[in-house]
Amino acid sequence: MNTTPNGFDLDNSGRRIVVDPVTRIEGHMRCEVNVDDDGIIRNAVSTGTMWRGLEVILKGRDPRDAWAFTERICGVCTGTHALTSVRAVEDALGITIPDNANSIRNMMQLNLQIHDHIVHFYHLHALDWVNPVNALKADPKATSELQQAVSPSHPMSSPGYFRDVQNRLKKFVESGQLGLFKNGYWDNPAYLLPPEADLMATTHYLEALDLQKEIVKVHTIFGGKNPHPNWLVGGVPCPINVDGVGSVGAINMERLNMVSSIIDKCIEFNKNVYLPDVKAIGGFYKNWLYGGGLSSQACLAYGDIPEHPNDFSAEQLHLPRGAIINGDLSQVHDVDPRDPEQVQEYVDHSWYTYGKPGQGLHPWDGVTEPKYELGPNTKGTKTDIKELDEAAKYSWIKAPRWKGHAMEVGPLARYVVGYAKGHEDIKDQVDGLLRDMNLPLEAVFSTLGRTAARALESEYCGRLQKHFFDKLVQNIKNGDSSTANVEKWDPSTWPKEAKGVGMTEAPRGALGHWIKIKDGRIENYQCVVPTTWNGSPRDTAGNIGAFEASLMNTKMERPDEPVEILRTLHSFDPCLACSTHVMSPDGDELTTVKVR
Amino acid sequence: MANVLILGIGNVLWADEGFGVRCVEHLAQIRSFGPEVTLLDGGTQGLYLLPFLEEADRLVVFDAVDYGLPPGTLKIVEGDEVPAFMGAKKMSLHQTGFQDVIATAQLMGYCPETLLLVGCQPEELEDYGGGLRDVVAAQIAPAVQIALDRLAGWGVEAREGQADTSLLADRSILRDTYEAGRPSAEEACRTGDARFFPVTE
Repeated sequence: MNTTPNGFDLDNSGRRIVVDPVTRIEGHMRCEVNVDDDGIIRNAVSTGTMWRGLEVILKGRDPRDAWAFTERICGVCTGTHALTSVRAVEDALGITIPDNANSIRNMMQLNLQIHDHIVHFYHLHALDWVNPVNALKADPKATSELQQAVSPSHPMSSPGYFRDVQNRLKKFVESGQLGLFKNGYWDNPAYLLPPEADLMATTHYLEALDLQKEIVKVHTIFGGKNPHPNWLVGGVPCPINVDGVGSVGAINMERLNMVSSIIDKCIEFNKNVYLPDVKAIGGFYKNWLYGGGLSSQACLAYGDIPEHPNDFSAEQLHLPRGAIINGDLSQVHDVDPRDPEQVQEYVDHSWYTYGKPGQGLHPWDGVTEPKYELGPNTKGTKTDIKELDEAAKYSWIKAPRWKGHAMEVGPLARYVVGYAKGHEDIKDQVDGLLRDMNLPLEAVFSTLGRTAARALESEYCGRLQKHFFDKLVQNIKNGDSSTANVEKWDPSTWPKEAKGVGMTEAPRGALGHWIKIKDGRIENYQCVVPTTWNGSPRDTAGNIGAFEASLMNTKMERPDEPVEILRTLHSFDPCLACSTHVMSPDGDELTTVKVR
Repeated sequence: MANVLILGIGNVLWADEGFGVRCVEHLAQIRSFGPEVTLLDGGTQGLYLLPFLEEADRLVVFDAVDYGLPPGTLKIVEGDEVPAFMGAKKMSLHQTGFQDVIATAQLMGYCPETLLLVGCQPEELEDYGGGLRDVVAAQIAPAVQIALDRLAGWGVEAREGQADTSLLADRSILRDTYEAGRPSAEEACRTGDARFFPVTE
């Protein structure tokens, strides 16, 4: 047994369990744990099994086009990467954006947060807690009563409605298309909901599907198209012409009214469905408080949603910025992504090389040079690994650290930083939820805390979206219809060399793009993405990453059915596509679980 | 008039994975359509495509699909076989595989009545930042012709000219710009994990 510098006792002597791939996530990820005789996880190893190479394909490209490439690296946070990219270029070249562009970008970013959070909860994560097969046994009348108790203002709650949904589910399951619900461990004792709660939640799975296809229309309106909306260095690509009727692409009153109605639908769904569901489902799992990992000791947020354009100072960001280390919530540290001593990436346990061991590189000086080699204690071969050797290199994900600390990022990290800073909205939300559920503050530092923080954030983002909508409309009324600043569009106006950084809070956490421009072309481009932070392997000093830490000391009901592992890993909303690349050549999505 | 959605899916950054997107791109360059036809670059997205499926009565999908045939072979799949077929192999990193999108659309009751998949067997996927291989690129025109024949059979008019490209990829990643602007192998490493990349030693 050994103790890591960040305080975890690792013991890899027990049975090894390999989960590969971890399903219902974006990208390809593998996880190995050792459990003791009581089924408790005593060692955890998380690895990205795909090579990451976005940076190298951008070399020599036009910086004004980088957003279009970065938007393709991932199937979910497309817009967030694009926004981060245009911010990095604007920062490098000193380009400012107009007020309307700030409001529209914020709305698109908030819209994506809400969409992602709702889809994550209902379509990727809920099945870790909710059993749709059990929903077939529910009594529709009792389900209706439950619905009215947990959310009296939600109109869709009659027994007939739940009976219809149940019949629809039955038909779907009987037609052999369990597709969406396959790979479940539906008779595992880790599932605790009564059938009525399962039917209620499964019904909302369907309601959320209907809603999410409306939510994304905001991206079509402001981004011209969806998926993969358009972005522009210097602003947003949509002109504003409020008096126009039906003109192609321009923002007119009809479109603004549509945006307004979508914003209201989001607010209503968060209030009537999402938050009540999290409370109701969470209530049945109140004693399952595993999965806190690093959240109580090391959290990082870059902050986002600037109230004013071109001003990223922490005090005017609606999503908070700051770092917490060593579990000291009384002190929130300033974060400066430009400081070469703050954000650094290590590769001693990653399949890359910097030439000399033990080195951490700031992203502006980042190097992405692969070096695939396995440690002496690896079981299997280079093309078929049975068990990784975590004492050596074992992941395609680099290990980013903040002043040497392994950090958690994401909704929970943002909420911990916000709470510690005394952010009014966040504090009110968190305190209110804990009061409603009769839980102490410590309960926040858990898998369920992560899931709850996401729901609270979705609610908060809904309100912010409305704020920026009103701001946009007011500004247009005041006669300002400018959406882009093209003063420095021409590369002849640029300096010979420039460097910049773009930051956002992606749905899954702090996202940064660092760019170096030379002679009008991209010289170096490095992305440090949220899942690089959360899914990082060990670093030179031996600190374990956030995923690894979160699995420690969790009790598994049945070690060959990794419900608990999936639960906690899913609570981070992992997205491996942009932290790594290329999936298994056989494309097989069935998880294999091996117990040794 | 029935609404037709012509959709290309896949990730253009992964060599032959971009086949579907490139087909729609090519179609838009050679034919124009009436308002009942929508050409869409679906890219790497899953659930984001649902609003488009909801509005369509007929769906044509171009995609790179692995069915173990020689590289560059075209495969036509229709109707009920499309979701089952696409479920056989999950080729891309779309958060929700396209078969899940179809299954979801069916569950919600807004799946298009007519489905046509024009698939192509890829030669190379493990080349991040790379373009289409010759054998796959050569199938773009034939694949598009198959779709045009089918559209004609449905009574959909396609004229010489260019289609609305507002729902297609940004010009910077259209095929010619994208493939011509690729950095050299010295600048951009093209090998990696032996489990996924061709062994070079």
